Order: sequence, then structure tokens, then C-alpha cells
Amino acid sequence: MTQVSMVVNGTAVNRDVADQTLLVDFLRNDLRLTGTHVGCDTSQCGACLVHVDGLAVKSCTMFAREAQDAEVATIEGQADPDGSLNAIQQAFQTHHGLQCGFCTPGMVMATAALLKETPKPTEHEIRTYLEGNFCRCTGYHNIVKAVFAASGQDVAQIAAE
Amino acid sequence: MYPFEITTPLTIDAAVQALQNEEAQPLAGGQTLIPTLKARLAMPEVLVSLTGIKELQSIAERDGQLCVGAGVTHANLAKQTAQYPALAALAVDIGDPAVRNRGTIGGSLANNDPAACYPAAALASAATIVTNARAIAADDYFLGMFETALDEGEIITEVRFPIPQAAYYAKFTQPASRFALVGVFVARFADAVRVAVTGASEEGVFRWLDAETALSQAFSAQALDGLTVPTEGMMDDIHGTPDYRAHLIAVLTKRAVIAAG
Repeated sequence: MTQVSMVVNGTAVNRDVADQTLLVDFLRNDLRLTGTHVGCDTSQCGACLVHVDGLAVKSCTMFAREAQDAEVATIEGQADPDGSLNAIQQAFQTHHGLQCGFCTPGMVMATAALLKETPKPTEHEIRTYLEGNFCRCTGYHNIVKAVFAASGQDVAQIAAE
Repeated sequence: MYPFEITTPLTIDAAVQALQNEEAQPLAGGQTLIPTLKARLAMPEVLVSLTGIKELQSIAERDGQLCVGAGVTHANLAKQTAQYPALAALAVDIGDPAVRNRGTIGGSLANNDPAACYPAAALASAATIVTNARAIAADDYFLGMFETALDEGEIITEVRFPIPQAAYYAKFTQPASRFALVGVFVARFADAVRVAVTGASEEGVFRWLDAETALSQAFSAQALDGLTVPTEGMMDDIHGTPDYRAHLIAVLTKRAVIAAG
């Protein structure tokens, strides 16, 4: 067991964990932050995507030990404290960017990382950036619309499918 | 995941020391190794994490060479490598954004996946792979599928790329894995043209010497007319037959030459 310390969604946390503990298991099992999902567990699907020191990473493919002293952001920290959705979450709801919702935490975190890098992405940039996030329900059109809307752009510009 | 220990050295020397343990294995970005551990394809008792070693993080131009620390992630290389645009373009097309934020050039070269992108860049650029012990020419480094000239406990510290006059990496992406189904890196130097192919051979990355000879005489797509790659030794899997891969090599080499200009 090794003690790991990090800041998760603004709160300092400190736990003894086995070295082989994956970051996603630390978040879900030790901190009970179960919004971060495990989909494929092989770093393909992006359901486990979180931010570590501001960078999007797949938390199923990183050890908790490697996030020592890092700032970690998960889906639980995205809404305001009163529960009202942030602009990205609201856009996913408005544009029906989800059906079953399993991939949504990863999609929202990937979108947040994209918009930080590229505040007004094109449709192509959105589709390219989300290549590592799989959705098996929506067919992606509404997700792309939601990201486009979340960036403050008029979704009417995106060709109707 | 099975139990093992992780150590986090802060210097190359400390990492090399930790790797003296026969049961230890270096951990770079982990984007290949961690899935490999989950599948129990490797079961080291100790992982020596290289991520905290600042010496491995620099990118600098020295003597006409781009010197990239082994711990530089694909994302950082893409952002900080204006001197060698073809290399930056290769890096930004590896995997997906989250993978690029963790995966490193040193990890990719040490693993030498037969469909990885960096081996093609290193071989076509006549790069030097620098380790804690020595400097290895790319021509001597890649020894076959997942095999390299690295000894047990030896780690890559830096990769030195001579910067070509023109270069391009043409990648036919396997859309599920985002590795290269076939990728061809063409680099034109003042005195030579080098062509390296990944994703095709059962022996991993290789140089297409006939194409190099033709392109050294005339750097144009027409110079490649009629040239074919033997299908013997090409990988055969559900994604492509040997014939298909050999055909792709010729097509992608032409595309790379045209794009390199």
C-alpha cells in the first residue's frame, strides 16, 4: 500500500492504495465517484475519460499512483454546487446528445478538454477530437450538435442528417 | 489487476538502478503496457515509472537535429515540433487525444509495435536512439516485431532526428485501433531519400530500398511507376491480406512523395 494524495474536483484527498490500483478504480471504489465509467477497460471507448492537470486522459489506463499531487477533474465536478448543469451538460440535454447515458460522462469531459483547446471547433474538429469516445446509441450526430452548441455556435450550420 | 509494486524515480540514474531488478519493467505512458498487464501478457513484479523524470521531457534543436526526450508525449511533440512538420503531423494522428496526452515517443520505440507510427519516422529519418548506455542508429535498432536492440534494463533517453529537406508520413489508418494498417514515411535529404514502411511486414518496420533508389534519382511519383513490393512476409490478418498491404505500400509511397513536394 502506498499513500496517494491528489486534488479531485477541488477537494484534497488522501488514501492508502495498492500500487496496481488504476485511477478509475481509485475514483470509483475509494472515492465513490461513480460517474466516471468503465466501458471497455482497454483504453478504446473513453467512458473513463477524466482530466489530470487539465489534460484529458483515460483513467482506466493510468495508475492512481501516477496522479500523485495532480489536479483531477471528473464529471461530478462539472455541474454547479446547486446542481444546475454547466453549458456542456445543458447542451447535451437540449440537443439529445445521449440515450442510455453510459458514455456521457466521458463525452462531457472530452468536450470540456476540446473547448479549452479550441473554443469554436468546426464539425470536423469535433468529430476528430471525439475519435476516442464511443457512443453505441446516438449515431453521434446529436453529440456533435451538442458540442457545437456548447461552444456557442449555431447548430443550424451543421447539415441536417 | 494482479499485485505489483510501482517505483517513481526522479532521475535516469535512479531509474536504471531500479531496473537492475530482473523482475522490473519500465513504465512510460502506459498506453500499451497497461492493457498488456490487464491481459496478463506481461507480469512484471515491479514497474519503474519514467513519467516523473524531467531529464526525459525536453525538445530542442541541436546541430540540425531535432532532439526529443524519450518521455515527450505525442501531444507535446505535436505542439512543439514546428521544425519538423511531418513528424508533428505523425504525432497528432496517433490514437486519440487522451492517448496522445499519455503515450510517449520512447515508449513507442521501445515497444516497436509492427504497426506503430514512430518507428517509421525514426527509420526514415536515420534517427539516433540514445539510451542510458549508448547511441544506436535506427538502422541497427529495429530487430523485428516487438524486438529492438535494447538490452534488459536499458532505457531510451532521447531520440535525435536529422531534419530532412522534405518529408511526409502517409498513413492508412486502421479505424478501430487507429494504428497504421500501412504507413509510409518518406524523407528527402540533400544526399539521400529514405522510405520506411510500418504496419505491413511481419518483421516490423523496414526500408523499401528499391523506392529509395528510384526516388534518389528523381523525387517524383512517376519514378515509382512499376515498382512493387514482394508480398512474401507481409502481415495477413482480418484487416488486410499480404497482397493488399503490398499494394498499399506502393500507393502510400506515391502519396507521400507528392505531399512532401
